[in-house]
This record gives sequence, C-alpha cells and structure tokens, in this order.
Amino acid sequence: MIRDLTAKLASIAIMMFARALTAARAIWHETGLPPKQSVYFANHSSHGDFVLVWAVLPPWLRERARPVAGAEYWLKSKLSAFIGRDVFDAVLIERDPEARTQDPVEQMTTVLNDGSSLILFPEGTRNQTEARLLPFKSGLYHLACKRPDVALVPVWINNLNRVMPKGEFVPIPLICTVTFGEPMRLKAQETKEEFIARAEAALLALSPTSTEDNA
Amino acid sequence: MSTASLDMLKLLSGVGGILVLASSIGYVLKQRLSPDGTNGAIENLNARIKAWWAMVILIAIAFVAGRVGVLLLFAFCSFAALREFITLINTRRADHWAIAAAFFVVLPINYFLLWAEEYGIYSIFVPVYAFLLMPIIAVMRGDTRDFLLRISEVQWALMICVFCASHVPALLTLQIPGYEGRNVLLIAFLVIVVQSSDVLQYVWGKLFGKTKIAPTLSPSKTVEGFVGGVASATLIGASLWWITPFTPVQAALMSLIITLMGFFGGLVMSAIKRDRGVKDWGHLIEGHGGLIDRLDSVVFSAPIFFHLTRYWWSLT
Repeated sequence: MIRDLTAKLASIAIMMFARALTAARAIWHETGLPPKQSVYFANHSSHGDFVLVWAVLPPWLRERARPVAGAEYWLKSKLSAFIGRDVFDAVLIERDPEARTQDPVEQMTTVLNDGSSLILFPEGTRNQTEARLLPFKSGLYHLACKRPDVALVPVWINNLNRVMPKGEFVPIPLICTVTFGEPMRLKAQETKEEFIARAEAALLALSPTSTEDNA
Repeated sequence: MSTASLDMLKLLSGVGGILVLASSIGYVLKQRLSPDGTNGAIENLNARIKAWWAMVILIAIAFVAGRVGVLLLFAFCSFAALREFITLINTRRADHWAIAAAFFVVLPINYFLLWAEEYGIYSIFVPVYAFLLMPIIAVMRGDTRDFLLRISEVQWALMICVFCASHVPALLTLQIPGYEGRNVLLIAFLVIVVQSSDVLQYVWGKLFGKTKIAPTLSPSKTVEGFVGGVASATLIGASLWWITPFTPVQAALMSLIITLMGFFGGLVMSAIKRDRGVKDWGHLIEGHGGLIDRLDSVVFSAPIFFHLTRYWWSLT
C-alpha cells in the first residue's frame, strides 16, 4: 500500500521533473494518436528515453504502456529495482542469451496478451556513437510474428542525449521533442531482414536531420 | 489604496477592456469567416488573443505579488528563453558544464543580485564575470573544435536571455524622486509600448502593407507596417505619460526609442532563426511560437530604456 503510493508519487515527480527540464512535446503522426495497444519502438541514447515517451503520452495510453528494460541494469540496486519495477512497471528482460532463464520475446508477448502496450528500444543498448541509429536486434521481428495484429509505432526522441550525455550527472535543460510515426505491421511473406530494414527506415525518417537542415 | 495601485488598476482595466474587445472581434470574425476553423489567419489571431489573456493575467499576478513575484516571473522567462536559445546553438559534449553553469549558477546569481539590489555587481556580472569564467569552464575539457563559436554562442545566449531580459525587473531598483513606490508602472509602460508596437505593426502591415522592409530577414514586415506601428505605439506611449515620471513629450521620445529598439531587435532575432533554419524559437505559447518570439523586442529595448531612465531620472 505505502509502496504503491510512494511509487505513484515518484512517477509523478519524475514526470514533472522531465517536463520542467525538457518541455517535452509530442508530435503525432497526421493519422492521429497511436492505437490503444501499441508497441512503441524508439531510438535509445539516454536512460531517460522511456520516461520522455511515457510523459508525452496522454493518460489513457500511458497507463497501459510498459517499458522494456535490461534486468541486469535495473536490478543492480534496491533503488533502481524499485524505480524499474514499482514506479515504471518495466518488463525486465535478460539481455545475455547465454545466461538467461526466460525468453524475452515470450515475456513481451505475455504482456501484450494482457492488453498492455510496450515501449521498446530495438537497438538493444544506448547509442553512444556518431551514427544516428544502431542496427536493430531481431526481437521486434519475433514479437511482430507472435502478435501480427498489434500496431508497431516508430518513435523518435530528439535531443535527450544532449540533456544528459553518458558520464554526466547534472542534466542541462534543453527542449526535446518526441515524434510518433505511422503505425506499421508485419507484412505477409516479409522476411526478417526486410522487416527490420523497413522498421529502421521508418524510425530514421522521423529524425529531424532527415527532414530539415538544422543538424 | 496607494496611487500606484490605483493607477495599476486603471491600467489593467484598460488593458482588460481592450482584450475583451479583441476577443469579441475575434469571435465575430470566426463566426463569419471561419466557422469550421479552416481560415489560418483568423485561427492564428484568436490563438494570439488567447495567449495575450494568459500573459496579461500572469503579469497582473506577478505585480500583485510584488517585487519577488516580478523577479520570479522574469527569472522563469529567462530560464525558458535560455532553454530555447541553447537548444538551437552548436554545443558539444565538452560544453556540458559551462551550460549547466549558465542555467544553475549564472541565471540564479543574476536575479539574486537584482533582489539584493546590488546594482554595481549586477550590471557587470554577466558581461564581465560570466564572460570570462564560462570559457574557462569550457576550456577545461580540452575540446578545441569550434571553440570560439561555442563560447560566443553561450555568452550571447546569456546576454540576451538573462542579462538583457532581466533589465525589465531591474526597473524596480531605480530610485526616482517623486516616483517612490511606483516603479512597477515603468515595467507596465515598457511592456505595453513594446507589445502594442508589435501588434500595431502587424495590423498596419496587414491593412496597408505593400513595400517589404527586410525581405531576406522577415518577409512579413513592411515599411507601412513599420511606420504605422511605430507612430501609433509612440502615441499610445505618450498618452500613458501619467503612469511614468516623464512629461508627455519625454514619454513619446522614450516610446519612440523603445519601439525602434524593439523593431530592430526583432530583425536581429529573426536573422538568428533563419541562420538556424527554424521558423519559431519554440512552442511554449500557442499561436506565438516560443517565448523568445514574444520577448525579442522587449529584450532589446529593456536595457536601453533602463539606462536612459537611470541616467536622467534616477538617483542610483
């Protein structure tokens, strides 16, 4: 009870902090808001990424959206486990294929079957390179095979990597935008490579550098 | 009730009346020309009027809250403006600490010095101390790429968004004989003259605008809009002489200087936007773009208005 209340308050506090710092603003696709149940797949450059996606979603979409995160990172300390599990209700997956006891795709499918949405970072890890996007892992494809009916929504998070680059512990206030693309689905007969390439292209198309010259 | 709050009340009812009129006109125009919300110009006009209400109410609350309220309001404006500015400039990883210092050290100290009425140090804090210390923080990281460009942009952001913008609340620190307790009306005078100049330039331009005045910078600005807007805003300023320490002629001259600075400030800020490839500084205010889009002319006129008033009228 107290734990739930603390978690609720913490989530509001974290969201308000993220908003005050970044004035985060959603840019929706011209077809409107994403469907109620979606798999949001986003670029990953900061630990705050899913907080920002979460913060800009309207409440009825937000309450069912659960971020997918690495178990070994979020279970490192009691505090981070509390934030990961209780505050954000994250789906914690084991990233190391050798050591894992549960199949991540199975875990994610179960969550979708419960009616929740997922916030997923198919690059698998935070992008610290100059490249705009790292090659996707195949999880998104396997998930799409299991639940071809659920819409996959590309989400580009802009500027958050400048707010708090890796290794810094003081965030700087900068305006961030979260751009939602057109929902996509796995096509019949589409191969893994084709689908992954299409998903990567759909996400990249939302990055501001591909639409304007303001690098 | 003191004469200052009485005058403030008169002023607010005047501004409120004009806004009620503007809202009614906006409503009628919408009913007649854009009932389905498709006429862009009308929708934009109504969004602007709505944002005007929000701004006037906010400023009124700050005035009622007194000196601290005004300082907090402008400190928040500086914060939001600085955030818009820094978002658009070239920064590298190595600037992280310098930028953090700009937000969390320079900005609070600048406003603290105003609160403490330490004019001597306030007036040189950003131009001297921040100017010299910020590049020192940046250089510690050893990244030399675009170094001069990077440190100049951060300093420029601080000068515009923090130093110049804070000259609006700085008007409260002036000590003008016979004008004690009424300084907040100087802020009202400045803001009303600048904003009415912006609006009237827009209106005159829409009605009679033919000759573009700065086609490469701001294609919507016209000679007719400029002359009409500046002249009518100067008249409005002159008619407000009773809330200032000035005579009507002095108030007109001050208004002329304020509107000219505001106009050219708008051009400078629009050149920066064009250079960065954006149309607006941000999206903070519906119908107005970012905060800097509304503040640009105030920012350029405030320091000049402050210093002219200080030089000729103030004891400090």
